[in-house]
Amino acid sequence: MIVAERKTIPELVDILRPHKNILVLGCGTCVTVCLSGGEREVSIISSALRIASRVQGLNFKIDELTIERQCDNIFIEQAAETIQKADAVLSTACGAGVQAIAERFPEKPVYAGLNTTFLGILEERGVWTEKCAACGTCVLHKYGGICPITRCAKRMMNGPCGGSREDRCEVRPDRPCAWQLIYKRLKDIKQLERLTEIEPPKNWNSSLSGGPRALIREDHKI
Amino acid sequence: MNANNSEPVIVAFCCHYCAYAAADLAGSGRLQYPPNIRIVRSPCTGRLEINFFMRAFEAGADGVLVAGCEEGSCHFKEGNYLAKGRVNTARQLLEEAGLEPERLRMVNVSAASSQKFAEYVREMVETVSKLGPSPVKKIIDIKDANKEQTGAIQ
Ligand code: SF4
Ligand code: SF4
Repeated sequence: MIVAERKTIPELVDILRPHKNILVLGCGTCVTVCLSGGEREVSIISSALRIASRVQGLNFKIDELTIERQCDNIFIEQAAETIQKADAVLSTACGAGVQAIAERFPEKPVYAGLNTTFLGILEERGVWTEKCAACGTCVLHKYGGICPITRCAKRMMNGPCGGSREDRCEVRPDRPCAWQLIYKRLKDIKQLERLTEIEPPKNWNSSLSGGPRALIREDHKI
Repeated sequence: MNANNSEPVIVAFCCHYCAYAAADLAGSGRLQYPPNIRIVRSPCTGRLEINFFMRAFEAGADGVLVAGCEEGSCHFKEGNYLAKGRVNTARQLLEEAGLEPERLRMVNVSAASSQKFAEYVREMVETVSKLGPSPVKKIIDIKDANKEQTGAIQ
């Protein structure tokens, strides 16, 4: 899922300062699951903004709405009327959701309420970790299912770097060394010989280095 | 709430299994404590969401007291730990919004601790009185908010 975290209230107040009627628009998918931008968080952020507005004499009028998905036209349509009524929208979706709303309402200021952080999973209660950088050419099959691009701090395709302490990464001692994990996993699945092959430099064209990406499926186009 | 700005109004979310019973015991034991609190009984402090506290402040509360079981003795095992985290997050949010975080406090009391409960109420009233009335008067109609929102205080 896409993981995001909320911006601070002072940051949001600064962004919203020129507006009066503000719609805080939540998204019911990834950001609901990572507890940053769903219905409950919309309610919390809205409350905090109302309190801030009152304390600082800002005169915000905050409305709240959460739709199933902000990156999907069908759901955006359901919010159209409410969005039209607002002076500005504070979207608590991921960056894709914010842009989807902005593109569909060209006259309306639309702002991001969250910092979209990474693609990851819920590791344990209250802890999310990054697992994929959407590089566009997945190499997980070569590394026992552990992504060296995302999880090794040095993005080493032929690791380890030699700096790990015990099983900890030397760059982030709070995180495990990805190459330790790769080694252990390949050993467990009896594919250690994979590490004898040297991986050539990765072609980053399929990632962000190749410019904005688009996926076109002719079989689904009308 | 607190229209004449004289006496602070404090909403106290009390767990049914401990603080609510302690408040009851304080009453039947004729213990004196300030009449500023409005008790809201909750099945467990783990049921309390951050927006419950925020809504209470929006509705004009000068302070919010959350009273749960002693750590380690929650009837539902971990409800009071969940509440602790939520109270801390809500305090952070209040501070970011410009309201003193001391207006929100969590305490732990057992069902038999009526004295302690009364003492916590006194402390809370004292803290909030020192801070003065909340600058956030009644800014939303809580009934309307309830219609739109799940989880707002009744
Ligand atoms: S190799 Fe690329 S696509 Fe595969 S998990 Fe890593 S970043 Fe994601
Ligand atoms: S210690 Fe491990 S994870 Fe950290 S940079 Fe070196 S190889 Fe990568």
